[in-house]
Amino acid sequence: MRKIFIKAIMLFMALTVLTGLIYPLAVTGIANLFFPVTAQGSLVIRDRVIVGSGLLAQKNDSPFYLWSRPSASEYSTWPSGASNLGPASKVLRDQMSDRRRDWRIQNGTDKDMPLELLTASGSGLDPHISPEAAARQLDRIARKRKWSAKQTRSAKQIVDRFTEPPVLGFLGQPRVNILLLNLALDGI
Amino acid sequence: MKTNDWVYFITYGATLTLLAPVLGYWMAKVLNGQPGFLGRILSPLEKSIYRLTGIQPDKEMHWRTYLLSLLAFNGLGFLFVFLLQITQRHLPLNPQHLPNVPGWLAFNTAVSFTTNTNWQAYSGETTLSYLVQMAGLEVQNFLSAATGIAVMLALARSLIRHSSEVIGNFWADVTRTTLYVLLPMSLLLSLVLVQQGAVQSFRPNAVARTIDGSEQVIPLGPVASQVAIKQLGTNGGGYFGTNSAHPFENPTPLTNFLEMLAIMLLPAALIFTFGKMIGNKKHAWMIYGVMMLMLLAGITAAYWADWRMEMQLPGIAMEGREYRFDRASSVLWSVLTTAVSNGSVNAMHGSMAPVTGLVQLFNMMIGEVIFGGVGCGMYGMMLYILLTVFIAGLMVGRTPEYLGKRIDRYTIVWASIGLLLPSAVILEGTALSCLSPAALASHLNHGPRGFSEILYAWTSSSANNGSAMAGINAATNFYAIGLGMAMLLGRFGVIVPVLAIAGHLAQGKSIPPSAGTLPTDSLTFSLVLTAVIMIVGGLTFFPALSLGPLIEHLLLATGRLF
Repeated sequence: MRKIFIKAIMLFMALTVLTGLIYPLAVTGIANLFFPVTAQGSLVIRDRVIVGSGLLAQKNDSPFYLWSRPSASEYSTWPSGASNLGPASKVLRDQMSDRRRDWRIQNGTDKDMPLELLTASGSGLDPHISPEAAARQLDRIARKRKWSAKQTRSAKQIVDRFTEPPVLGFLGQPRVNILLLNLALDGI
Repeated sequence: MKTNDWVYFITYGATLTLLAPVLGYWMAKVLNGQPGFLGRILSPLEKSIYRLTGIQPDKEMHWRTYLLSLLAFNGLGFLFVFLLQITQRHLPLNPQHLPNVPGWLAFNTAVSFTTNTNWQAYSGETTLSYLVQMAGLEVQNFLSAATGIAVMLALARSLIRHSSEVIGNFWADVTRTTLYVLLPMSLLLSLVLVQQGAVQSFRPNAVARTIDGSEQVIPLGPVASQVAIKQLGTNGGGYFGTNSAHPFENPTPLTNFLEMLAIMLLPAALIFTFGKMIGNKKHAWMIYGVMMLMLLAGITAAYWADWRMEMQLPGIAMEGREYRFDRASSVLWSVLTTAVSNGSVNAMHGSMAPVTGLVQLFNMMIGEVIFGGVGCGMYGMMLYILLTVFIAGLMVGRTPEYLGKRIDRYTIVWASIGLLLPSAVILEGTALSCLSPAALASHLNHGPRGFSEILYAWTSSSANNGSAMAGINAATNFYAIGLGMAMLLGRFGVIVPVLAIAGHLAQGKSIPPSAGTLPTDSLTFSLVLTAVIMIVGGLTFFPALSLGPLIEHLLLATGRLF
């Protein structure tokens, strides 16, 4: 009996050191050697200031910029969170019609409203929307920023350039990253 | 159905079916002391661990010693994770200066990770320090997985032995599994994850000044190394609160596919490990077939329900999901993670269609034997196989035999305990919660989904899954303690019977097959086995399921909201 406990303690300590210290440290070492940017959170830096992470959506409801998908946790990263509301929830249905109304007020019509903007994401930090959802917001932004026709055209080209295709043609769907796109639009 | 979804499902199924047998047969060698090519690098490490700890890997154990070693080892794991949490404020690697975790929550989390459940009543990023995540939780991700595999190895050995008192060495089984299977695979996967965008850092959180001028915390930590093993070891406990929906855990469609493959890979491969160890590969394919059939039925129902929900109100299916993953992959993941005892999510189960939720619940309720947790899926399935052999034997009027072993009263009594105990915990726990004002006060959705949330919590805990329909506030004392007990009963209430059966089978004599032997690798047997699983699960849980997801589905179809 005592022998079993001693062996249990010894083996537990050995495997804790191996899997709980050496392994994560090794991964950190190798990862930061080969992939230093992603390992540290894919930080996006402009004028020497961190403006966000290329993988996390951020709160931005200014009409001058593209909007991300709604977030049940108000884009909190600390902690992240979702609504967990079921399809039969009145609250969810109300939220969806509110979002539709807001879109109509900002864009004149809700006929062509991209569907992914109706619902909150799982992480509350979904960094992507569809290229269509980006393109449809450009009219509003052009109006607000008083862009010329040429500027609007080049904004559309930027959206095309930022569109990431599905991986291997079938994993995922075409998508654009909001933060990177918004920063690029500032350059027009 | 979109063409893309077809391609997705078929690619997934084909990749799994190609990889699982290869990996499984290889593991049968490695885990029994023939490490092959990895041995050249890792054998010295294995030997030095034995030297350091005084373990004699070839000295096999009686089943009671095996069980006792397992319990001591897991008990220590629990204690260590518990102590780390309640003292984390004073320990290093806590750059965010997080306070100590309250006792009852620490208990719940420690039980959860030692039992391979990984139910989370907290949000990782704001509750646990880097040290607790890696030296506490991550270690248990490895060791609880290794424990499950060890029990399966012992069971497989017992079937090919006769008149033997011993079933293997627990220490060697755990060490080999960790060293040769879990560590190399996790290392590989975690590096791919980082390359794609997952975080792996010991620095304090970064702070960004966003476009609209506000501050955004960029949470960091040793994330990728933990995500890799949580996917591979059927653990499922995320580094972040939103698990693999979080872009830092699952950054791209490619990582989504790989993480999903990792959910199933080891559970599927272990069936072939089992088949090779008992010297009957055909039997392994039969079991694989039964599991795959039930899995496909679940995927079909869940996908249909999801499609129907989207037809009723276009756009609603994306609630709780991420745009970088296709909708189909979120449904697929939710079925896989509950069939296999993983419990990680890439989309919120609380926002999915009622019938999708029903599939998730049923997968867990039958004891997670559709591939199931690493090791535990296979040994859980073995309980059903023994039951089926027994029932079939009664039907044809012969003494039931399985792989040359007589299935007697002792075996069937233990198998029944292993099958009934977790079911009893689910139903009793749910009933108790429905009577307790404290428990009732903490659900989120109204109507039948409120009940489903409670049922899901008890099912997930008892089946050691760890996913949640969320909604209920699991951080209340009632749930923290109650669900913690459910996890313990669901884990060890099956391990004890399985090891008792293993010990008994190893002692038994081997009977040569005769004309009266029921072949257990035939199509007929597969169908009877499937029927037994469906009937046992159906009869036990139909009333509970009809009060939750079934009624919600019917009401939703008439347009009733809550």
